[in-house]
Amino acid sequence: MATDTDLHAEPSALEPHEKLAETKLDEHGSRRTFLKIAGASAAGVAAAAATGCGSPGAPTTEEFFRQHYKKLNDEDKKKIFARIEDEVRARSGVSVHISDPPPIEGVDFAYALNLSVCNGSRRCVEACARENNLPDDPELRYIRVMEMEVGSLEFEEATAYYEPEKVPEKKKFYLPVQCHQCDNPPCVKACPVGATWKEQDGIVVVDYSWCIGCRFCVVACPYFARRFNWEEPTIAPERINPTQGYLSNRLRHKGVVEKCTFCLHRTRAGRMPACLEACPTGARKFGNLNDPEGEIRKIIDTKRVYVLKEDLATLPRFYYYFG
Amino acid sequence: MRDLIRFGFAITGAMIRGGRAYYLWVAFLCGWVALGVAAYLHQFEVGLVATNMVDQIPWGAYIANFTYLVGMAAAAVMLVIPAYVYHDHALHEVVVLGELLAVAVLTMCLMFVMVDIGRPDRFWHLMPVIGRFNWPASMLSWDVIVLNGYLVLNFYITSYLLFTKFCGREPDRRKYVPFVFLAIFWAVTIHTVTAFLYSGMGARPHWNAAILAPRFLASAFAAGPSLMIIALSIIRDKMGFPVKDAALNRLRQIVAVTMLINLFFFFSEIFTELYSFKHHAASMRYLLFGLHGHNKLVPYIWGAMALDVFAAAVFLTPKLHRNPRVLMVGCGSAVVGVWVEKGMGLVIPGFVPSPLGEVVDYTPSFTEFCVSAGIWAMGALIYTLLLKAAVPIELGKLRIAQPEAVS
Repeated sequence: MATDTDLHAEPSALEPHEKLAETKLDEHGSRRTFLKIAGASAAGVAAAAATGCGSPGAPTTEEFFRQHYKKLNDEDKKKIFARIEDEVRARSGVSVHISDPPPIEGVDFAYALNLSVCNGSRRCVEACARENNLPDDPELRYIRVMEMEVGSLEFEEATAYYEPEKVPEKKKFYLPVQCHQCDNPPCVKACPVGATWKEQDGIVVVDYSWCIGCRFCVVACPYFARRFNWEEPTIAPERINPTQGYLSNRLRHKGVVEKCTFCLHRTRAGRMPACLEACPTGARKFGNLNDPEGEIRKIIDTKRVYVLKEDLATLPRFYYYFG
Repeated sequence: MRDLIRFGFAITGAMIRGGRAYYLWVAFLCGWVALGVAAYLHQFEVGLVATNMVDQIPWGAYIANFTYLVGMAAAAVMLVIPAYVYHDHALHEVVVLGELLAVAVLTMCLMFVMVDIGRPDRFWHLMPVIGRFNWPASMLSWDVIVLNGYLVLNFYITSYLLFTKFCGREPDRRKYVPFVFLAIFWAVTIHTVTAFLYSGMGARPHWNAAILAPRFLASAFAAGPSLMIIALSIIRDKMGFPVKDAALNRLRQIVAVTMLINLFFFFSEIFTELYSFKHHAASMRYLLFGLHGHNKLVPYIWGAMALDVFAAAVFLTPKLHRNPRVLMVGCGSAVVGVWVEKGMGLVIPGFVPSPLGEVVDYTPSFTEFCVSAGIWAMGALIYTLLLKAAVPIELGKLRIAQPEAVS
């Protein structure tokens, strides 16, 4: 088995170097200055109505009255998916396919991460960003790799902003954090409108078309796993991943919360999460807890696994171990 | 029904007619409201990136103001309880003015929530039945119920009392007293539920303490009546409403006690956090002394505590509070002190350090400042208009037979 000493990797840069083409449709909606609007405050309400229509993500009448995901039948979903596909094509010229794979009967997903071999390369962070259509401007990432001091599991002593020439650094170890898909998720409890819920296979999902953007879930999450779209996310058309799940990596708009979904559009189709495939050290393990022969089950049975912030009784499905 | 229409016309008439000073004041407030609207339009277009909030500090000035104002709304009971439970006549004469303040303040609360959410167009998702209300699990769904319920209660009670007075009838006790007592209970719930929003967060050790709800109530019952003393003094001087000294004295006695309790609760919290010196105390250390060189909140919190202590000293020293000017300064100190201590002083340190140990400072952006100022001006405007109609009705100058008699 590989150890952390023989696997040196270049840390992947967090900042994107290229200037990204904006896929925003409107020109007038995004760049108006504050003073210009302040000057026009007399016509304020009218301006709101006018610009609101052109704002990215502004709802159509149909979308405005759209019902909650769980109230939609297959026919509704088909229409909605087609509409989203059309919208993306109109905005960015990319043909995407939206699917909605349901949880597989008898499958309970779990993740394990070997802290002994993780070398902090952050390949997972970037692979996740590409897979899940995360914007580069503003930078928004689901996985946060913490550089920890040897001898401490305390996050206050750790940093996510390490930029050495080579990783791993001496006297450090690396602890990636993403959504733990808790079985007792404080975020789901917090949401006032039921826009986020736990699926049968253990994955906590968000309906981006139902979220009101109150951020109570962001406040409630003990793992800093949820991200809010403070502005309209932009992504270069050539970087859009066209294989999209309705509850996972479809394109989001400003004003809603999102998070890691264990790549459910992949994993429910029998593939591995993108972060796992990108990991150069094999630190990441994923699978079905109910499969007695599965790797994840063996790790949980035989390794000394632990979870973060166990005292909060969130019951994460994301295990760490030194192995 | 016809009476109700006349009532509507009469109060509208009273609101739009006034002296030069009145128009200047209303224009001044409208100016701030316009600035707030313009700033909000900007935020609506670009998104909440117009604020200085980030993922590490997901709530900022808006929710801080909201939290503080919920307390101000709840504080109306500090007039209602002596008036209705202990039959304090001096306070009974002004109790409607306190309830109207609650109406204005609750409207501000709802506006602060609206400007904070990322998708205001989806507000209807929050409504029971037509939306998808995550009740009883989410404390925020409880807050929607209690805040709107309290608004409706106060709106109903004040409208009913003013309407009957306008018609020259005696109010039917059966039609409002039960609601008054319900409102007393309800006032406690609005602030308790708002405290539970915070104290229920296992992820945020700074808030996850049983003292939070009691502290919320104590600070609200200190700042609220202080604001009432200021408001009633202005109403007496500028609108000619005969507010009795006994009413102001009773309120002052209340704040003298509640401010001490508030300071005691805060001190208990500081002691528990700091003496054991746990990692959990990092937020409190950040608030009081700064953490890893980040100390933006430090001057504010010490300033707030100084104001609280000064206010308590004024309320407790007869020599000081017998001078009406000093009393006003004391009340102002309590209002501002609690605003800092329970607004930004409570909300922001809950996020610092973040769940992954990050220390990020926060100060409101220019947009946040303008939007917040606009909402405060809107609240002041609503209260001004309500008073403009309510005071002549209470004084008996505005009556159904002679709706033109107002100046």
